[in-house]
Amino acid sequence: MKILVPVKRVIDYNVKPRVKADGTGVDLANVKMSMNPFDEIAVEEAIRLKEKGAATEIVAVSIGPAKAQETLRTALAMGADRAILIETDEEVEPLAVAKILKAIADEEQPGLVILGKQSISDDSNQTGQMLAALMGRPQGTFANTVEVDGDSVTVKREVDGGLQTVKLATPAIVTTDLRLNEPRYASLPNIMKAKQKPLATKTAADYGVDLTPRLKTIKVAEPPVRQAGEKVADVAALVEKVKALGIA
Amino acid sequence: MKTLVLVEHDNTKVADATLAVVTAAGKLGEVHLLVAGHNCGSVAEAAAKIAGVGKVHVADDAAYANGLAENVAPLAAALMADHDAFLAPATTQGKNVAPRVAAHLDVMQVSEILSVEGPKTFTRPIYAGNAIATVESTDDKLVITVRGTAFEKAATEGGSGTIEAVTGPGDAGTSSFVSSEIAKSERPELTSAKVIVSGGRALKDAETFESTITPLADKLGAAIGASRAAVDAGYVPNDYQVGQTGKIVAPEVYFAIGISGAIQHLAGMKDSKVIIAINKDEDAPIFQVADIGLVADLYTAVPELTNAL
Repeated sequence: MKILVPVKRVIDYNVKPRVKADGTGVDLANVKMSMNPFDEIAVEEAIRLKEKGAATEIVAVSIGPAKAQETLRTALAMGADRAILIETDEEVEPLAVAKILKAIADEEQPGLVILGKQSISDDSNQTGQMLAALMGRPQGTFANTVEVDGDSVTVKREVDGGLQTVKLATPAIVTTDLRLNEPRYASLPNIMKAKQKPLATKTAADYGVDLTPRLKTIKVAEPPVRQAGEKVADVAALVEKVKALGIA
Repeated sequence: MKTLVLVEHDNTKVADATLAVVTAAGKLGEVHLLVAGHNCGSVAEAAAKIAGVGKVHVADDAAYANGLAENVAPLAAALMADHDAFLAPATTQGKNVAPRVAAHLDVMQVSEILSVEGPKTFTRPIYAGNAIATVESTDDKLVITVRGTAFEKAATEGGSGTIEAVTGPGDAGTSSFVSSEIAKSERPELTSAKVIVSGGRALKDAETFESTITPLADKLGAAIGASRAAVDAGYVPNDYQVGQTGKIVAPEVYFAIGISGAIQHLAGMKDSKVIIAINKDEDAPIFQVADIGLVADLYTAVPELTNAL
């Protein structure tokens, strides 16, 4: 079984995003970029399934600028076998991403597509579900545990009240939640080896997908700032304050 | 505009998350509801009483019993032939179903809206709430998820909606429900609680979390939350997590105990009315958003507070 793993290049998890002064977006110039953390978990899960013998090949895909090659090389260094870059300098919305991924899935015929549940940039949490709908296949979103068994996959999902387990017929789509696994770091020899692994570059036009955005961004602003209040000296003073709130 | 709101429920009662969505939908136009479930008559009756509700579409079929997105999304998409906007709560259930509906309709979803600015214009958080984007949809139909804390809850009484049975494509045959582990608790639900007591990594282990946080929460009739660090460390289950990738909460009073205040956590609770922080590090970022702060060792301060209340 082949596993397709889409990965996105986003602002690094540890960098505080700054809104551009002209309100057109978030400033990405000279900012450290990395693989979306949920996508790292997706790559890791694919590798673990391959190590367990449940998968034979891992194909990483990224849709983004030429520099997204670095993100794909990271996936290759972690253990993906080959990579496809759909190069574009446009910002691509989840619906268009899902359409491109659907076209790639038609070509590659993966048994599983594992994606991050959301990117930490746009926070949309849509792509996996949209891809599943376009493919007419089932989805296991917000996965906590993934078990492949023949032509089905059992996914334990993190839901609001706790956990829910669903059984899906493959091909299936899985989106990762935080506790699915802890992604490995790529070793230096593997980073070197990754440079030799195949990476194909294509465009959205190759797949006949229109990237015109459906949402127009009118403006991007800083959120309202919350002011710090006061510090109290001791527990007795805190007790007074809490009682004054009328909750105790 | 005619809107269709996905009712969240457990086949017995309407989940609170639905009520804020009804309010958001009311800002766009007529509010119709979709109850997809099995033996869910009581849900339909309760839904019809929500203030401001028109028609309640009820699809009662075993295929919809567990809300599987593969089965519910085509049903919702078919009903959208007669509606202009589909709205769902930004809960795990809403997030699971809505994008599938959007893809069926070839529409770009607007996720987790915070406000309705115009018939097709909304604000939504991006970058873990570090920026707020105002976006306008150019699609003919709208698909939206709604952040529950950003809208008032519609009243659960006063409406007189008409219940109408509908049928959908039924079981897509690609997925099945196996089991669920849903914690039964006497406590209020995290996303609708008036008071929340949350603990962080400083609680050391599951036993210390329980023995320190629970008595205070019991005293205040509060829900219990946790930071991602505390969940990752296994002190509490995943559904306790408050933060950008966990639950978004906005109670009257939020206690952050031994929580440093990572940006991810703040994104999930900074709309709380009053934030009270107890932390022994006086430079912890949580104090920059706290209304009332106490720099103290939580192991002595929290029991002392609990006893004094």
